[in-house]
Amino acid sequence: MGVLDSKVPAGPLADKWTKYKNEIDLVNPANKRNIDVIVVGTGLAGGSAAATLAELGYNVKTFCYQDSPRRAHSIAAQGGVNAAKNYQGDGDSVYRLFYDTVKGGDYRSREANVHRLAEVSTSIIDQCVAQGVPFAREYGGLLDNRSFGGVLVSRTFYAKGQTGQQLLLGAYAAMNRQIQRGKIKSYTRHEMLDLVLVDGKARGIIARNLVTGEIERHSAHAVVLATGGYGNLFFLSTYCMGANVMAAWKAHKRGAFFANPCFTQIHPTCIPVSGDHQSKLTLMSESLRNDGRIWVPAKKEDAEAIRTGKLKPTELAEEDRDYYLERRYPAFGNLVPRDVASRAAKERCDAGYGVNKTGEAVYLDFDAAIMRYGREKALTSGMKNPDDKTVRKLGEEVVEAKYGNLFQMYEKIVDQNPYKTPMMIYPAVHYTMGGLWVDYNLMTTIPGCYAAGEANFSDHGANRLGASALMQGLADGYFVLPYTIGDYLSDDIRTGPISTETSEFEEAEKNVRDRIEKLMSAKGEHSVDYYHKKLGKIMWNKCGMARNEKELQEAMNEIAELRKDFWENVKVTGDADAKNQELEKAGRVADFLELGELFAMDAFDRNESCGGHFRDEYQTPEGEALRDDKNFTYVSAWEYKGDPRKAKLHKEELTYENIEVKTRSYK
Amino acid sequence: MKLFLKIWRQKNANTKGKMMEYTLEGIESDMSFLEMLDVLNEDLISKGEEPVEFDHDCREGICGTCSLMINGRPHGPDSMITVCQLHMRSFNDGDTIVIEPWRAKAFPVIKDLIVDRTAFDRIQQAGGYISVNTSGRPVDANAIPIEKDAADASFNAATCIGCGACVAACKNASAMLFTSAKVSQFALLPQGQVEAADRVLNMVKQMDLEGFGNCTNTGACEVECPKGISLENIARMNREYLAASVKG
Repeated sequence: MGVLDSKVPAGPLADKWTKYKNEIDLVNPANKRNIDVIVVGTGLAGGSAAATLAELGYNVKTFCYQDSPRRAHSIAAQGGVNAAKNYQGDGDSVYRLFYDTVKGGDYRSREANVHRLAEVSTSIIDQCVAQGVPFAREYGGLLDNRSFGGVLVSRTFYAKGQTGQQLLLGAYAAMNRQIQRGKIKSYTRHEMLDLVLVDGKARGIIARNLVTGEIERHSAHAVVLATGGYGNLFFLSTYCMGANVMAAWKAHKRGAFFANPCFTQIHPTCIPVSGDHQSKLTLMSESLRNDGRIWVPAKKEDAEAIRTGKLKPTELAEEDRDYYLERRYPAFGNLVPRDVASRAAKERCDAGYGVNKTGEAVYLDFDAAIMRYGREKALTSGMKNPDDKTVRKLGEEVVEAKYGNLFQMYEKIVDQNPYKTPMMIYPAVHYTMGGLWVDYNLMTTIPGCYAAGEANFSDHGANRLGASALMQGLADGYFVLPYTIGDYLSDDIRTGPISTETSEFEEAEKNVRDRIEKLMSAKGEHSVDYYHKKLGKIMWNKCGMARNEKELQEAMNEIAELRKDFWENVKVTGDADAKNQELEKAGRVADFLELGELFAMDAFDRNESCGGHFRDEYQTPEGEALRDDKNFTYVSAWEYKGDPRKAKLHKEELTYENIEVKTRSYK
Repeated sequence: MKLFLKIWRQKNANTKGKMMEYTLEGIESDMSFLEMLDVLNEDLISKGEEPVEFDHDCREGICGTCSLMINGRPHGPDSMITVCQLHMRSFNDGDTIVIEPWRAKAFPVIKDLIVDRTAFDRIQQAGGYISVNTSGRPVDANAIPIEKDAADASFNAATCIGCGACVAACKNASAMLFTSAKVSQFALLPQGQVEAADRVLNMVKQMDLEGFGNCTNTGACEVECPKGISLENIARMNREYLAASVKG
């Protein structure tokens, strides 16, 4: 065993989790009352973990930077949550969900974790229905499903385009019940600024009260980080404005390895960038690819005419359109996985077929679906020979019932009616598969420090399938952590309360105060956003959808320079001991400026293309990603060594015993 | 376009606030309203002044964080959207725009345009849940068939984002629409029946304790709600409340 021990239990894959649960140590209910757990982040993973741990009897403290746990960005997930229920009888199974997830992740995830995820997926749906989550139903009263990219079955449960919202409100409600019982103490508008280790174990955090600016010490027997992903590294992304890597990065600096930072998901269906003022990008759910057809003009002159406003997309004849996903990937068509769809859009736009004024947009067209649904509806309503206008009207009603809120959102932002003219979409940063390295127990390389949900790296490999983020967040929080953390805490039943009056807490608090002081005293000339935007440009241009050795090298150097400039010339207005959004942003951007460099280094180090990581140097003659299984079937886990560039690489070799590793094909 | 802004500035909860005037140029119609404020803030920072603080996060209309009163209307002039979805194409060159925080006794101002809405959390904590523990073995999800209409109505109530526009719109600062949306979500589902009586009594009690006003059926909340939560929910909550009170 090296430094990295994944602690995967022995035995056949399908029995590992059951066997594990039967063999772990448990903490008796009376002892649980003497054990404290801190959960940072209250999205799906953190909220569900906090609620479940409190139900079990632990004393839980939750922390979120938002004004309420209900506002964590899980709320914005639109499309759905996967579960191997096989309610549709279309051949789904735990194995198939496991297989799809490992294959979708381009064979860079850990087999045992993914299988456990698939196993517990069915319990998620049962649990959420019991909580009163209003999933979409059919007329018979049973749950409805839809299909997502990269799979051939319908296993996605949904609540219109607001699935994340409904699941999060379910977890928030479960938390509320425990807050009312006094088992959870919820700290809102609080941000974790450092992790505290005592005798090598995670024993607490330093947090800043964002309203008063007070620096607070909080102790516990274990710390769970469920703080989401780091996509805001790119400045423009579909993340919420406050999303940050601070908690994970502080843990990294205290000894937690950071895994696969370069594995980032660029989502194919987002609303294109409209100008320099843009502060964020908006996703259009992948579920739209169930019915929308993606295309660009087949001729460059038509694309040019559309860009200059001389031609409307609806005027283009069928034979003059290039449905490039259907052309390149006939088996999966518009439902290829996200990384494949994103790259294909970039390829067409780079070749000059883009359809908006910036040349970076493709069409997502619902016309065929509207007519198809309209004819179906006319038939079931007993209409004989309805005219096209009636069919279209009926079809628009069906599409509105399915995707109404998404269409409305699109129209509000773009000021175009997507029922009448095709939507324009372009890829945007959406999710990070990389994150803190964790073992089978979801524990980082720091004993007692756990990472759950998007904050860890474990389940999605190099590319995540649609509707799997919600699944993983809830699986980790409801069904995995409550077991694994108990096994660890069984050693702590005699420890007693952890004091915050120790040198370790003092050192961490001083560290935090010094850093704030340094930010406040820089008194330079540029705002925090100035640096964030610059960093985002470097990331998008050199570490985005396609990467190469030369540009990655440049990115590393440019980010290091930018970071130096930031600390000398940033201007943070206001006071440290009061509400101060500029100071909050400054701390987050300072961390991004370190992570960005590690990200580029990780991408530089991985001399292959896999999933969301595409290196120009490694592709097939058809332009598909070319993996190098012989040399890169491992997780890159980086150890902090004082400077991002000095980080030390540890490798967790991945072995596949239950699945045949082959070239991922969606043709 | 050129705009004249009048914005509420308040250092903290204990300091008196006032309206301040700003002139802003070079605003494009494609910008969102919050991006316009970003431009203002960059401008203020460059002059060494403190930027205007306002709550915002997802910027796609779902988290419920943003909360601005614009020209006297919660979330501004357009209907069925939050401030972050409002675009500057809804305004004209030369317009004067008045921006205030939510005004309600139960929502004290924290700073500038940011208010404290934790009263909403406490109402939810009083009973906005179904008491079911996490376990690997609850009944199968499809063992409880639910009529599609009821499921859809429950979903519609559940789409409340907890932004507080209903309270801000109400002349009495009543939180009836917010509270009734949660009560309705569960009242419409079989899973919610067991605790229905306690739920409505406890949530209404907490709502009153927080200092929200009474409902006088003016319906301003429904008009301003970015998610179109219907007044029917208030009627349903009143029925539930009456039934629960009679039952004792």
